[in-house]
Amino acid sequence: MSIFLKYREAVLALIIALMVVGIGIRAPAFVTPDSLIGVLNDTGFLFMMALAQMLVILTRGIDLSVAANLALTGMIVGMVNEVYPNLSPALYILVALIVGAGLGLINGTLISWLKIPPIVVTLGTLAIYRGSIVVLAGGKQVNASEMSETFAGFPKIEFLGLNTVFWLAALIALIIAVVLTRTRMGRGLFAVGGNPVAARYCGIDQGRAELFVYTVAGAVAGLSGYLWVARYGVAYSEIAVGYELTVIAACVIGGVSIGGGVGTVTGTLLGALFIGVIVNSLPVMQVSPFWQMAISGAVILAAVIINARAETRPDKLILPEARRAAARGQA
Amino acid sequence: MIDKTETRYHVLDRPPRRISDIILRWETILILLLGAVILFNTAISPYFLDLYNLADATYNFSEKAIMALPMALLILVREIDLSVGAIIAVAALAIGTMGDLGFGTTVLFATGLVVGLLCGMVNGALVTRTGVPSIVITIGTMSLFRGIAQVTVGDQALTNYPQGFLDLGQSYAINMPPTPLSFLIFIVMAILFGLFLHGTATGRRLFAIGANPVAAKFSGIRVDRLRFALFTLSGLFAGLGASLLVARIGVMRPNIGLGWELDIITMVILGGVSIAGGIGSIPGVVLSVFVLGLATFGLSLMNVPGIVINVLIGLLLVITIAAPIIVRRLMHKPL
Repeated sequence: MSIFLKYREAVLALIIALMVVGIGIRAPAFVTPDSLIGVLNDTGFLFMMALAQMLVILTRGIDLSVAANLALTGMIVGMVNEVYPNLSPALYILVALIVGAGLGLINGTLISWLKIPPIVVTLGTLAIYRGSIVVLAGGKQVNASEMSETFAGFPKIEFLGLNTVFWLAALIALIIAVVLTRTRMGRGLFAVGGNPVAARYCGIDQGRAELFVYTVAGAVAGLSGYLWVARYGVAYSEIAVGYELTVIAACVIGGVSIGGGVGTVTGTLLGALFIGVIVNSLPVMQVSPFWQMAISGAVILAAVIINARAETRPDKLILPEARRAAARGQA
Repeated sequence: MIDKTETRYHVLDRPPRRISDIILRWETILILLLGAVILFNTAISPYFLDLYNLADATYNFSEKAIMALPMALLILVREIDLSVGAIIAVAALAIGTMGDLGFGTTVLFATGLVVGLLCGMVNGALVTRTGVPSIVITIGTMSLFRGIAQVTVGDQALTNYPQGFLDLGQSYAINMPPTPLSFLIFIVMAILFGLFLHGTATGRRLFAIGANPVAAKFSGIRVDRLRFALFTLSGLFAGLGASLLVARIGVMRPNIGLGWELDIITMVILGGVSIAGGIGSIPGVVLSVFVLGLATFGLSLMNVPGIVINVLIGLLLVITIAAPIIVRRLMHKPL
């Protein structure tokens, strides 16, 4: 079990590899290069959203509003596209980043300034953002036919067979890896999550760290919102409902500790890939897609339980006779 | 004789209550809010203060309100159960299957309770045995439980229930004043939970665990046993909610109770239970149930679409929690 902890990312990678081989034996179509690239393309959203969520969880927080942010920003960008159909994709991305970051900033302000627990704030904004879509669009949806060529085409542009969503996720992974390991803010996130009191005595501003992570989570959710709407060709109030829990699940499988202060970019990416492989392999194996939820639930539980067993240390026993009794019990 | 002031340790008396403390008490805020909701709704719609309309309005929140009671205790001890909506799905699956097999009313109702209880025990065992935060465990069991319902039922629905079972959810338990069974159960349970939490030693222990689980453990409180009991209770009540819900709507689909956990947690948090643990009261939760229930009912009388109501509920949650904090900040300027 200690091997699992020490090389947990390697073990997770190994499990994914074994899974791919296992699925390949049952359904050879799955292991063709095209199909495997398809898995990466499909998992792009989960890669970037899970990485942003990891930053939040590192500070002992949680952001339940990311999927609602994604849907709201997607709708706003879709409506911008209806009015200005021929902007360059860079401008749509800019709008998405600004709107998403703004929504994230609202979370961050409430959490860092008013000290309201993150789960409470983001539960509230989840309902507000999701509902605002209907209020904003008057109950209508934006369909693919109303989207301009440049708008809808951008996420489907491919380079080396991989689409823009994947490459943007890769870029975000790179940036976050650099921020986490090479900048004062990034190192500070681990300190804030690991021990907020100690971090404070070291002069690390918890409020600023929180403002930072929720804004980043919002910006990434906003970017995903544009890409999601453009890729799947529809914007309405129900897109990505419940996706926040898939995102959190990817983090948990990837070894990010909900208690804060523990998590890596590689682990989170592998966690997301794990879910991506499962989701994409079910149709090829002709397993009903209804299995997806049950499987990912079982996997989350298995992952955290194995983890917990490896980490558990016996409680310190104070009384000498209790210690002797415990020693007898073990012998 | 030793003078009191000369002893080394001197415990201060509780400071006298100021008016602002009473005004800023959570329950006071909720009572004002409830009054505002009732006044507003009465002014807006002539149909609001109708006994039968109000009785029917309780259908929309009673099942959630019943499940909010054990959730309040869980949040009080720093735990959370995100799987309650999924437990409804599993319990409803069992009820629907038994219904298809032709069992009677009592068996169907009991099936919901038993399955809910078992699911709650699974949560409790996982949380206390592994020591993993309950938010992680219950995200996992949430997927697992709802997944089981999805795999079994797929895109079908289970609709065979005896009339006696449906009557439980669709007719009044008491005719005057008109009271649906679910609302009656909620009121009785709220009183029992209130007495338990605020009137028994075990209830005080829950506050101790919420304030400091480690200190509670070293004070001889069997923390894990109580945690296990609370998760089991939460599962049992989710099963009860499932029985009442299936009886009311007469159909089980895999998406039954989807997202309820968030509505229920909203009720509890608006009721003044601190997510950090150790603070909260059952009267607060009951008041918040009525505030949310009546506000929703009033808005739907005004033909406000459900999703817009969600926005307003979300705003209500954030503003009600943020406002007292801002007021306190303004009153006690930082030194």
